[in-house]
Amino acid sequence: MTVDHRQGHLESVRAVISTIVYPLQYMVSLPLDLSRKISESLVTRKALLEENQRLRQERLLLNSRLQRFSIFQEENRRLRALLASSVELHERVLVAELVEVELQPFRQQIIINKGQREGVYDGQPVVDSDGIMGQVIHVGPFSSTVLLITDSTHSMPVQINRNGLRSIAVGAGRNDILLLEYLSANADIKEGDLIVSSGLGRRFPKGYPVGTVSDISHIPGETFSNVTVLPSAKFDQSQEVLLVWPHTDNTQENKAAAEVVMN
Amino acid sequence: MFVAKHNAGWVIILSFIIALLLTAMPLPEWLVNWWPAWVVMVLVYWCMALPLRIGIGIAWLLGFLLDVQTGALLGQNALGLSVIAYFTNQRHRQIRVFPLTQQSLLICFYLILFQFYTLWIRGMTGVPPQHWSFWAPAVTSMLLWPWLFVTMRGIRRKYHVS
Repeated sequence: MTVDHRQGHLESVRAVISTIVYPLQYMVSLPLDLSRKISESLVTRKALLEENQRLRQERLLLNSRLQRFSIFQEENRRLRALLASSVELHERVLVAELVEVELQPFRQQIIINKGQREGVYDGQPVVDSDGIMGQVIHVGPFSSTVLLITDSTHSMPVQINRNGLRSIAVGAGRNDILLLEYLSANADIKEGDLIVSSGLGRRFPKGYPVGTVSDISHIPGETFSNVTVLPSAKFDQSQEVLLVWPHTDNTQENKAAAEVVMN
Repeated sequence: MFVAKHNAGWVIILSFIIALLLTAMPLPEWLVNWWPAWVVMVLVYWCMALPLRIGIGIAWLLGFLLDVQTGALLGQNALGLSVIAYFTNQRHRQIRVFPLTQQSLLICFYLILFQFYTLWIRGMTGVPPQHWSFWAPAVTSMLLWPWLFVTMRGIRRKYHVS
Protein backbone atom coordinates (compact mmCIF):
# COMPACT_ATOMS: atom_id res chain seq x y z
CA MET A 1 0.00 0.00 0.00
CA THR A 2 2.80 2.37 0.87
CA VAL A 3 4.52 1.60 -2.41
CA ASP A 4 1.32 2.27 -4.32
CA HIS A 5 0.71 5.53 -2.49
CA ARG A 6 4.20 6.98 -2.58
CA GLN A 7 5.87 5.65 -5.70
CA GLY A 8 3.35 4.26 -8.13
CA HIS A 9 5.47 1.25 -9.17
CA LEU A 10 2.34 -0.86 -9.08
CA GLU A 11 0.56 0.89 -11.94
CA SER A 12 1.21 -2.07 -14.24
CA VAL A 13 -0.29 -4.48 -11.70
CA ARG A 14 -3.31 -2.25 -11.39
CA ALA A 15 -3.60 -2.10 -15.17
CA VAL A 16 -3.64 -5.91 -15.39
CA ILE A 17 -6.27 -6.27 -12.68
CA SER A 18 -8.36 -3.57 -14.29
CA THR A 19 -8.70 -5.73 -17.42
CA ILE A 20 -10.36 -8.35 -15.22
CA VAL A 21 -12.55 -5.84 -13.45
CA TYR A 22 -13.60 -3.83 -16.50
CA PRO A 23 -16.01 -6.48 -17.87
CA LEU A 24 -17.76 -6.46 -14.50
CA GLN A 25 -18.03 -2.70 -14.50
CA TYR A 26 -19.22 -2.76 -18.07
CA MET A 27 -21.88 -5.31 -17.18
CA VAL A 28 -23.11 -3.18 -14.33
CA SER A 29 -23.45 -0.09 -16.46
CA LEU A 30 -25.08 -1.99 -19.29
CA PRO A 31 -28.73 -1.90 -18.07
CA LEU A 32 -28.58 1.87 -17.58
CA ASP A 33 -27.00 2.29 -20.98
CA LEU A 34 -29.67 0.14 -22.57
CA SER A 35 -32.52 1.93 -20.87
CA ARG A 36 -31.10 5.24 -22.05
CA LYS A 37 -30.82 3.97 -25.60
CA ILE A 38 -34.35 2.60 -25.53
CA SER A 39 -35.78 5.82 -24.21
CA GLU A 40 -33.85 7.66 -26.91
CA SER A 41 -35.36 5.51 -29.62
CA LEU A 42 -38.86 5.96 -28.20
CA VAL A 43 -39.05 9.76 -28.19
CA THR A 44 -41.90 11.22 -30.15
CA ARG A 45 -41.57 12.93 -33.47
CA LYS A 46 -42.60 16.21 -31.92
CA ALA A 47 -39.87 16.09 -29.33
CA LEU A 48 -37.34 15.28 -32.01
CA LEU A 49 -38.49 18.18 -34.14
CA GLU A 50 -38.28 20.51 -31.20
CA GLU A 51 -34.83 19.33 -30.33
CA ASN A 52 -33.78 19.65 -33.93
CA GLN A 53 -34.94 23.23 -34.04
CA ARG A 54 -33.20 24.05 -30.78
CA LEU A 55 -29.97 22.52 -32.01
CA ARG A 56 -30.23 24.43 -35.28
CA GLN A 57 -30.53 27.70 -33.40
CA GLU A 58 -27.68 26.76 -31.15
CA ARG A 59 -25.55 25.92 -34.15
CA LEU A 60 -26.31 29.25 -35.80
CA LEU A 61 -25.31 31.06 -32.63
CA LEU A 62 -22.12 29.06 -32.19
CA ASN A 63 -21.21 29.45 -35.84
CA SER A 64 -21.52 33.20 -35.67
CA ARG A 65 -19.32 33.17 -32.59
CA LEU A 66 -16.87 30.90 -34.31
CA GLN A 67 -16.50 33.36 -37.18
CA ARG A 68 -15.38 36.05 -34.82
CA PHE A 69 -13.20 33.53 -33.03
CA SER A 70 -11.28 32.68 -36.20
CA ILE A 71 -10.67 36.39 -36.79
CA PHE A 72 -9.38 36.73 -33.26
CA GLN A 73 -7.23 33.67 -33.65
CA GLU A 74 -5.65 35.12 -36.77
CA GLU A 75 -5.10 38.42 -35.04
CA ASN A 76 -3.64 36.68 -32.03
CA ARG A 77 -1.21 34.79 -34.21
CA ARG A 78 -0.10 38.00 -35.93
CA LEU A 79 0.40 39.78 -32.64
CA ARG A 80 2.30 36.85 -31.22
CA ALA A 81 4.49 36.79 -34.29
CA LEU A 82 5.14 40.50 -33.80
CA LEU A 83 6.11 39.86 -30.21
CA ALA A 84 8.18 36.86 -31.31
CA SER A 85 6.58 34.72 -28.63
CA SER A 86 5.72 31.07 -29.09
CA VAL A 87 2.71 30.20 -31.20
CA GLU A 88 -0.18 28.42 -29.47
CA LEU A 89 -0.40 24.83 -30.59
CA HIS A 90 -3.52 22.98 -31.50
CA GLU A 91 -4.77 20.31 -29.16
CA ARG A 92 -5.97 16.83 -29.99
CA VAL A 93 -9.12 15.61 -28.26
CA LEU A 94 -10.94 12.30 -27.96
CA VAL A 95 -14.49 11.67 -26.76
CA ALA A 96 -14.85 9.11 -23.98
CA GLU A 97 -17.95 7.80 -22.28
CA LEU A 98 -18.51 7.40 -18.57
CA VAL A 99 -18.87 3.90 -17.18
CA GLU A 100 -21.52 4.32 -14.53
CA VAL A 101 -20.33 2.46 -11.47
CA GLU A 102 -20.02 3.25 -7.80
CA LEU A 103 -16.49 3.76 -6.58
CA GLN A 104 -15.28 4.44 -3.06
CA PRO A 105 -17.72 6.57 -1.11
CA PHE A 106 -16.51 10.06 -0.19
CA ARG A 107 -14.14 10.22 -3.14
CA GLN A 108 -14.75 12.05 -6.40
CA GLN A 109 -13.62 9.66 -9.10
CA ILE A 110 -15.10 8.37 -12.35
CA ILE A 111 -14.29 5.57 -14.78
CA ILE A 112 -14.16 6.22 -18.52
CA ASN A 113 -14.16 3.71 -21.35
CA LYS A 114 -10.85 4.70 -22.97
CA GLY A 115 -7.46 3.38 -21.93
CA GLN A 116 -3.94 2.57 -23.06
CA ARG A 117 -5.19 1.35 -26.43
CA GLU A 118 -6.38 4.86 -27.29
CA GLY A 119 -3.18 6.43 -25.99
CA VAL A 120 -4.53 7.75 -22.69
CA TYR A 121 -1.72 8.59 -20.29
CA ASP A 122 -1.34 9.19 -16.58
CA GLY A 123 -2.10 12.79 -15.67
CA GLN A 124 -4.05 13.55 -18.82
CA PRO A 125 -6.58 16.38 -18.48
CA VAL A 126 -10.26 15.56 -18.91
CA VAL A 127 -12.86 18.21 -19.79
CA ASP A 128 -16.55 18.27 -20.57
CA SER A 129 -18.43 20.76 -22.72
CA ASP A 130 -18.50 23.35 -19.94
CA GLY A 131 -15.15 23.14 -18.24
CA ILE A 132 -12.35 21.12 -16.73
CA MET A 133 -13.44 17.92 -15.01
CA GLY A 134 -10.26 16.32 -13.74
CA GLN A 135 -7.23 14.27 -14.64
CA VAL A 136 -6.50 10.63 -15.33
CA ILE A 137 -4.88 8.85 -12.40
CA HIS A 138 -4.90 5.16 -13.36
CA VAL A 139 -4.75 3.85 -16.91
CA GLY A 140 -5.84 0.32 -17.78
CA PRO A 141 -5.83 -1.26 -21.24
CA PHE A 142 -9.53 -0.54 -21.85
CA SER A 143 -10.57 1.91 -19.16
CA SER A 144 -9.09 4.57 -16.94
CA THR A 145 -9.89 6.23 -13.65
CA VAL A 146 -10.29 10.00 -13.51
CA LEU A 147 -9.80 12.04 -10.37
CA LEU A 148 -12.23 14.96 -10.45
CA ILE A 149 -11.07 18.47 -9.55
CA THR A 150 -13.58 18.45 -6.68
CA ASP A 151 -11.83 15.58 -4.85
CA SER A 152 -10.29 16.71 -1.60
CA THR A 153 -6.84 15.54 -2.69
CA HIS A 154 -6.93 17.51 -5.90
CA SER A 155 -5.68 21.02 -6.49
CA MET A 156 -4.91 22.84 -9.70
CA PRO A 157 -3.39 26.16 -10.71
CA VAL A 158 -5.96 28.68 -11.93
CA GLN A 159 -6.27 32.34 -12.71
CA ILE A 160 -9.09 34.84 -12.77
CA ASN A 161 -10.08 35.47 -16.36
CA ARG A 162 -10.76 39.19 -15.77
CA ASN A 163 -7.36 40.23 -14.46
CA GLY A 164 -5.06 37.23 -14.55
CA LEU A 165 -4.76 36.98 -10.77
CA ARG A 166 -3.33 33.54 -10.00
CA SER A 167 -4.49 31.13 -7.34
CA ILE A 168 -4.92 27.45 -6.59
CA ALA A 169 -8.31 25.72 -6.80
CA VAL A 170 -8.64 22.97 -4.21
CA GLY A 171 -11.39 20.36 -4.18
CA ALA A 172 -13.61 20.12 -1.12
CA GLY A 173 -14.86 16.54 -1.49
CA ARG A 174 -18.29 17.73 -2.72
CA ASN A 175 -19.27 17.96 -6.35
CA ASP A 176 -20.63 21.49 -6.15
CA ILE A 177 -17.80 23.57 -4.71
CA LEU A 178 -14.13 24.35 -5.13
CA LEU A 179 -12.07 26.56 -2.85
CA LEU A 180 -9.53 29.17 -3.94
CA GLU A 181 -6.52 29.31 -1.69
CA TYR A 182 -3.95 31.99 -0.92
CA LEU A 183 -5.95 34.98 -2.07
CA SER A 184 -5.29 37.90 0.28
CA ALA A 185 -8.14 39.88 1.76
CA ASN A 186 -7.58 42.83 -0.57
CA ALA A 187 -7.28 40.74 -3.76
CA ASP A 188 -9.26 42.06 -6.70
CA ILE A 189 -11.93 39.40 -6.95
CA LYS A 190 -15.68 39.69 -7.29
CA GLU A 191 -18.62 37.32 -7.20
CA GLY A 192 -19.32 35.99 -10.67
CA ASP A 193 -15.70 36.16 -11.84
CA LEU A 194 -14.80 33.40 -14.27
CA ILE A 195 -11.94 31.18 -13.12
CA VAL A 196 -9.88 29.54 -15.88
CA SER A 197 -6.95 27.15 -15.81
CA SER A 198 -3.65 28.99 -15.89
CA GLY A 199 -1.56 26.30 -17.54
CA LEU A 200 1.12 26.57 -14.87
CA GLY A 201 2.29 23.18 -13.71
CA ARG A 202 1.94 22.08 -17.33
CA ARG A 203 -0.68 19.50 -16.62
CA PHE A 204 -3.88 21.27 -17.60
CA PRO A 205 -4.03 23.24 -20.84
CA LYS A 206 -4.35 26.98 -20.44
CA GLY A 207 -7.61 28.85 -20.68
CA TYR A 208 -10.26 26.21 -20.01
CA PRO A 209 -13.05 27.39 -17.69
CA VAL A 210 -12.97 25.93 -14.19
CA GLY A 211 -15.82 27.74 -12.47
CA THR A 212 -17.33 31.00 -11.35
CA VAL A 213 -16.80 32.67 -7.99
CA SER A 214 -19.93 32.17 -5.93
CA ASP A 215 -19.00 33.47 -2.50
CA ILE A 216 -16.26 35.52 -0.90
CA SER A 217 -15.90 35.91 2.83
CA HIS A 218 -13.12 37.18 4.99
CA ILE A 219 -12.73 36.50 8.68
CA PRO A 220 -11.09 39.52 10.33
CA GLY A 221 -7.59 38.64 11.47
CA GLU A 222 -7.05 35.92 8.88
CA THR A 223 -4.45 36.52 6.18
CA PHE A 224 -6.40 34.97 3.32
CA SER A 225 -10.04 35.22 2.41
CA ASN A 226 -12.31 32.22 1.82
CA VAL A 227 -13.36 32.12 -1.81
CA THR A 228 -15.86 29.53 -2.97
CA VAL A 229 -16.14 28.61 -6.64
CA LEU A 230 -19.00 26.89 -8.42
CA PRO A 231 -17.42 24.45 -10.90
CA SER A 232 -18.56 24.91 -14.49
CA ALA A 233 -18.20 21.25 -15.46
CA LYS A 234 -21.41 19.29 -14.93
CA PHE A 235 -20.14 16.37 -12.90
CA ASP A 236 -23.46 14.66 -12.38
CA GLN A 237 -24.88 15.25 -15.84
CA SER A 238 -22.16 14.71 -18.41
CA GLN A 239 -22.35 11.38 -20.19
CA GLU A 240 -19.47 12.12 -22.52
CA VAL A 241 -16.18 13.66 -21.59
CA LEU A 242 -13.27 14.87 -23.68
CA LEU A 243 -9.72 13.65 -23.23
CA VAL A 244 -7.28 16.38 -24.18
CA TRP A 245 -3.75 15.97 -25.49
CA PRO A 246 -2.29 19.39 -24.86
CA HIS A 247 0.48 20.51 -27.24
CA THR A 248 0.45 17.42 -29.41
CA ASP A 249 4.03 17.58 -30.60
CA ASN A 250 5.83 17.64 -27.28
CA THR A 251 3.76 15.09 -25.43
CA GLN A 252 6.88 13.28 -24.28
CA GLU A 253 8.19 16.39 -22.63
CA ASN A 254 4.81 16.98 -21.04
CA LYS A 255 4.78 13.47 -19.68
CA ALA A 256 8.18 13.96 -18.14
CA ALA A 257 7.00 17.20 -16.56
CA ALA A 258 3.88 15.48 -15.27
CA GLU A 259 5.95 12.77 -13.65
CA VAL A 260 8.09 15.34 -11.92
CA VAL A 261 4.95 16.96 -10.55
CA MET A 262 3.70 13.58 -9.34
CA ASN A 263 6.80 12.92 -7.32
CA MET B 1 -9.92 -42.41 3.91
CA PHE B 2 -11.77 -41.04 0.98
CA VAL B 3 -11.80 -37.28 0.92
CA ALA B 4 -14.85 -35.74 -0.70
CA LYS B 5 -13.83 -33.96 -3.88
CA HIS B 6 -14.39 -30.26 -4.11
CA ASN B 7 -17.22 -29.53 -6.48
CA ALA B 8 -19.39 -26.76 -7.86
CA GLY B 9 -16.64 -24.18 -7.62
CA TRP B 10 -18.46 -22.11 -10.19
CA VAL B 11 -21.19 -21.35 -7.63
CA ILE B 12 -18.64 -19.76 -5.34
CA ILE B 13 -17.04 -17.78 -8.14
CA LEU B 14 -20.44 -16.66 -9.39
CA SER B 15 -21.45 -15.51 -5.92
CA PHE B 16 -18.29 -13.41 -5.64
CA ILE B 17 -18.89 -11.93 -9.08
CA ILE B 18 -22.44 -11.03 -8.14
CA ALA B 19 -21.18 -9.44 -4.94
CA LEU B 20 -18.69 -7.35 -6.94
CA LEU B 21 -21.43 -6.36 -9.40
CA LEU B 22 -23.71 -5.30 -6.56
CA THR B 23 -20.89 -3.22 -5.10
CA ALA B 24 -20.37 -1.43 -8.40
CA MET B 25 -24.05 -0.80 -9.06
CA PRO B 26 -24.85 2.86 -9.76
CA LEU B 27 -27.06 4.11 -6.95
CA PRO B 28 -29.11 7.17 -6.10
CA GLU B 29 -27.28 9.70 -3.97
CA TRP B 30 -29.12 8.95 -0.70
CA LEU B 31 -28.47 5.23 -0.87
CA VAL B 32 -24.75 5.30 -1.65
CA ASN B 33 -23.53 5.49 1.93
CA TRP B 34 -26.03 2.91 3.17
CA TRP B 35 -25.17 0.27 0.58
CA PRO B 36 -24.23 -2.92 2.45
CA ALA B 37 -20.78 -4.47 2.11
CA TRP B 38 -21.77 -7.35 -0.17
CA VAL B 39 -18.30 -8.68 -0.74
CA VAL B 40 -17.55 -8.89 2.97
CA MET B 41 -20.79 -10.72 3.70
CA VAL B 42 -20.40 -13.28 0.91
CA LEU B 43 -16.79 -13.84 1.89
CA VAL B 44 -17.70 -14.40 5.55
CA TYR B 45 -20.36 -16.88 4.54
CA TRP B 46 -18.01 -19.01 2.44
CA CYS B 47 -15.21 -18.76 4.99
CA MET B 48 -17.58 -20.09 7.58
CA ALA B 49 -19.25 -22.77 5.44
CA LEU B 50 -16.16 -24.04 3.59
CA PRO B 51 -13.16 -23.06 5.72
CA LEU B 52 -10.89 -25.51 3.93
CA ARG B 53 -11.65 -24.06 0.54
CA ILE B 54 -12.09 -20.37 1.06
CA GLY B 55 -9.49 -18.69 3.19
CA ILE B 56 -7.02 -15.88 3.39
CA GLY B 57 -5.61 -16.43 -0.11
CA ILE B 58 -8.97 -16.06 -1.83
CA ALA B 59 -9.80 -13.09 0.38
CA TRP B 60 -6.54 -11.46 -0.61
CA LEU B 61 -7.20 -11.88 -4.36
CA LEU B 62 -10.78 -10.72 -3.95
CA GLY B 63 -9.52 -7.68 -2.07
CA PHE B 64 -7.26 -6.75 -4.97
CA LEU B 65 -10.18 -6.93 -7.38
CA LEU B 66 -12.20 -4.73 -5.05
CA ASP B 67 -9.31 -2.27 -4.76
CA VAL B 68 -9.02 -1.81 -8.48
CA GLN B 69 -12.76 -1.73 -8.96
CA THR B 70 -13.33 0.99 -6.39
CA GLY B 71 -10.16 2.92 -7.14
CA ALA B 72 -8.83 2.41 -3.63
CA LEU B 73 -5.19 2.10 -2.68
CA LEU B 74 -3.85 -1.21 -3.97
CA GLY B 75 -3.95 -3.60 -1.02
CA GLN B 76 -6.33 -1.63 1.16
CA ASN B 77 -9.29 -3.98 0.85
CA ALA B 78 -7.01 -6.98 0.35
CA LEU B 79 -5.57 -6.67 3.84
CA GLY B 80 -8.94 -5.89 5.42
CA LEU B 81 -10.66 -8.87 3.82
CA SER B 82 -7.77 -11.20 4.69
CA VAL B 83 -8.02 -10.28 8.35
CA ILE B 84 -11.76 -10.93 8.33
CA ALA B 85 -11.24 -14.25 6.52
CA TYR B 86 -8.61 -15.25 9.06
CA PHE B 87 -10.85 -14.63 12.06
CA THR B 88 -13.80 -16.38 10.42
CA ASN B 89 -11.70 -19.41 9.47
CA GLN B 90 -10.33 -19.65 13.00
CA ARG B 91 -13.75 -19.59 14.59
CA HIS B 92 -15.87 -21.24 11.90
CA ARG B 93 -17.15 -24.01 14.18
CA GLN B 94 -18.35 -21.49 16.72
CA ILE B 95 -19.88 -19.10 14.20
CA ARG B 96 -21.77 -21.87 12.40
CA VAL B 97 -23.82 -22.73 15.47
CA PHE B 98 -24.53 -19.14 16.45
CA PRO B 99 -28.17 -18.14 16.15
CA LEU B 100 -28.82 -15.75 13.26
CA THR B 101 -29.08 -12.68 15.48
CA GLN B 102 -25.69 -13.37 16.98
CA GLN B 103 -24.20 -13.89 13.53
CA SER B 104 -25.65 -10.56 12.47
CA LEU B 105 -24.03 -8.86 15.42
CA LEU B 106 -20.75 -10.50 14.49
CA ILE B 107 -21.08 -9.15 10.93
CA CYS B 108 -21.73 -5.71 12.38
CA PHE B 109 -18.62 -6.05 14.52
CA TYR B 110 -16.52 -7.20 11.54
CA LEU B 111 -17.69 -4.28 9.46
CA ILE B 112 -17.01 -1.77 12.21
CA LEU B 113 -13.48 -3.16 12.41
CA PHE B 114 -13.20 -3.06 8.62
CA GLN B 115 -14.47 0.51 8.39
CA PHE B 116 -12.23 1.57 11.25
CA TYR B 117 -9.26 0.16 9.42
CA THR B 118 -10.36 1.85 6.18
CA LEU B 119 -10.75 5.12 8.08
CA TRP B 120 -7.25 4.73 9.42
CA ILE B 121 -5.73 4.11 5.97
CA ARG B 122 -7.67 6.94 4.41
CA GLY B 123 -6.75 9.27 7.22
CA MET B 124 -3.09 8.47 6.58
CA THR B 125 -3.41 9.10 2.86
CA GLY B 126 -5.22 12.37 3.46
CA VAL B 127 -8.74 11.58 2.30
CA PRO B 128 -10.75 11.01 5.48
CA PRO B 129 -14.51 10.65 4.95
CA GLN B 130 -16.35 13.63 6.37
CA HIS B 131 -19.69 12.26 7.45
CA TRP B 132 -20.96 9.85 10.09
CA SER B 133 -22.77 7.81 7.43
CA PHE B 134 -19.36 6.30 6.64
CA TRP B 135 -20.30 3.74 9.33
CA ALA B 136 -23.75 3.04 7.90
CA PRO B 137 -22.80 -0.13 5.93
CA ALA B 138 -22.20 -1.90 9.25
CA VAL B 139 -25.85 -1.37 10.21
CA THR B 140 -27.39 -2.25 6.84
CA SER B 141 -25.19 -5.31 6.44
CA MET B 142 -26.18 -6.47 9.91
CA LEU B 143 -29.87 -6.14 9.06
CA LEU B 144 -29.41 -7.92 5.75
CA TRP B 145 -27.29 -10.82 6.99
CA PRO B 146 -30.11 -13.23 7.99
CA TRP B 147 -31.65 -13.07 4.51
CA LEU B 148 -28.31 -13.42 2.82
CA PHE B 149 -27.37 -16.33 5.07
CA VAL B 150 -30.57 -18.24 4.40
CA THR B 151 -30.31 -17.64 0.64
CA MET B 152 -26.70 -18.68 0.50
CA ARG B 153 -27.37 -21.80 2.54
CA GLY B 154 -30.19 -22.72 0.18
CA ILE B 155 -27.92 -22.25 -2.81
CA ARG B 156 -25.12 -24.23 -1.21
CA ARG B 157 -27.41 -27.17 -0.46
CA LYS B 158 -29.09 -27.09 -3.83
CA TYR B 159 -25.84 -27.26 -5.78
CA HIS B 160 -24.05 -29.46 -3.22
CA VAL B 161 -21.16 -27.08 -2.91
CA SER B 162 -18.56 -28.62 -0.65
